Amino acid sequence: MTDFTLWDIARNLLLAARWTLLLSAIAFAGGAFFGLVLLVIRMGAWKWARTTVMLYVELFQSTPLLMQLFLVYFGLPHLGIDVSAWLAAAVCLTLYSSAFLTDIWRGAVEAIPRGQWDGSASLGLHYLRQLHLVILPQATRMAIPPTVGFLVQLVKSTALASIVGFHEMTRTAQILTNATFQPFVIYGMVALFYFAMCYPLTKASRGLERRLATGGR
Amino acid sequence: MGYQLDFGALVQYLGLFLHGTAVTLGLTAVASVVGVVLGIAGAAASSSRYVWVRRLIAGYVELIRNTPFIVQMFFIFFGLPSVGLRLTALQAAALAMTINLTAYAIEIIRAGLEAVPKGQGEAARSMGLRVLPVFGLIVLPQALANVYPALVGQITITMLESAVVSQIAVVDLTHVADYIQSRNFRSFETYLVITLIYLVLAVLMRRMLAFAGRGLFAGRAR
Repeated sequence: MTDFTLWDIARNLLLAARWTLLLSAIAFAGGAFFGLVLLVIRMGAWKWARTTVMLYVELFQSTPLLMQLFLVYFGLPHLGIDVSAWLAAAVCLTLYSSAFLTDIWRGAVEAIPRGQWDGSASLGLHYLRQLHLVILPQATRMAIPPTVGFLVQLVKSTALASIVGFHEMTRTAQILTNATFQPFVIYGMVALFYFAMCYPLTKASRGLERRLATGGR
Repeated sequence: MGYQLDFGALVQYLGLFLHGTAVTLGLTAVASVVGVVLGIAGAAASSSRYVWVRRLIAGYVELIRNTPFIVQMFFIFFGLPSVGLRLTALQAAALAMTINLTAYAIEIIRAGLEAVPKGQGEAARSMGLRVLPVFGLIVLPQALANVYPALVGQITITMLESAVVSQIAVVDLTHVADYIQSRNFRSFETYLVITLIYLVLAVLMRRMLAFAGRGLFAGRAR
């Protein structure tokens, strides 16, 4: 039996933290893309499409992420797609973050005064150009602090991927615990590493919010 | 594809479903009641005149809010026994959920307290009320009325996040799903049904708590 020094544990956890960060990045990038598409539909003219997006958001916000993960993991094979833990986690967290991001951004877009829509329409801009040229540039400023705040939630959520067997930081901690019988040290350390990833984001979100509140442009 | 969805295989487990639902709701109820009470205490104490009290509370809130719930729970259930605190899975789950919700409740209620105009407290003081009644009868009810929707949201999130307690073998709704799908191999159907139960619980809980809030804070919210 090999002995694990404290440094061995820390090193292995930090190596696994790469996967936590990568999964967060993929879920955020994918979620931002789909979230934007959903936002365009959500603010658009078709009522049934708007309702569908609303239900989609409600579904993700009112069910446990763990269940969503299991459904993707056990459901995709029925569609003939062979899923690894990696793929299931990436797909699921992407859908999850697209739902939350759409909702956050909808709030920002709805805060833009009605006159901006009317004004840009009177200039002959159609819906997509209105969004692109007039509404979104203004809404972005407002949307950034809560978006960064959501990133914290997303990084924490990746810990659930450990349950379907994806080897990110929490899963690695479980394996290390089984090998070393030092759960106190290991889970304590894992918590600190997550904190080190999330706290700067929390601070940034709060700072941005304050700057926005004081009207810094 | 030859696979047919079959939900009929789930009917025989009705009793288990009910048991799991009861455990999930019970844990949520304990965490909510204790979490909100501690949240009020924490929020009140974060305007304490002692710097170390404020720092302690801020540190606690930040630590909990910036680490995953599952890691907090593993630390409590697997980590604490090595320093002599041995808890059953159910106790560990309840404790983890309470600790987690408390941190968010402190933050939410603190925001509510800050939004109550200073004049409210001052006026009550000038009527001769002592510090505690001023807080309990005048300031706190207004603060809670203002942030009640946020609290309801957070309680719902706690309920949904509690799915994770199945990982330390608490027999909640998710654990019931794990058990059933390991017997009938109908994993997709089982998890789909359980997900729908969570969905119904979440929607009902929000509705009922909002309804209760309308009675509780009638005319107070602004």
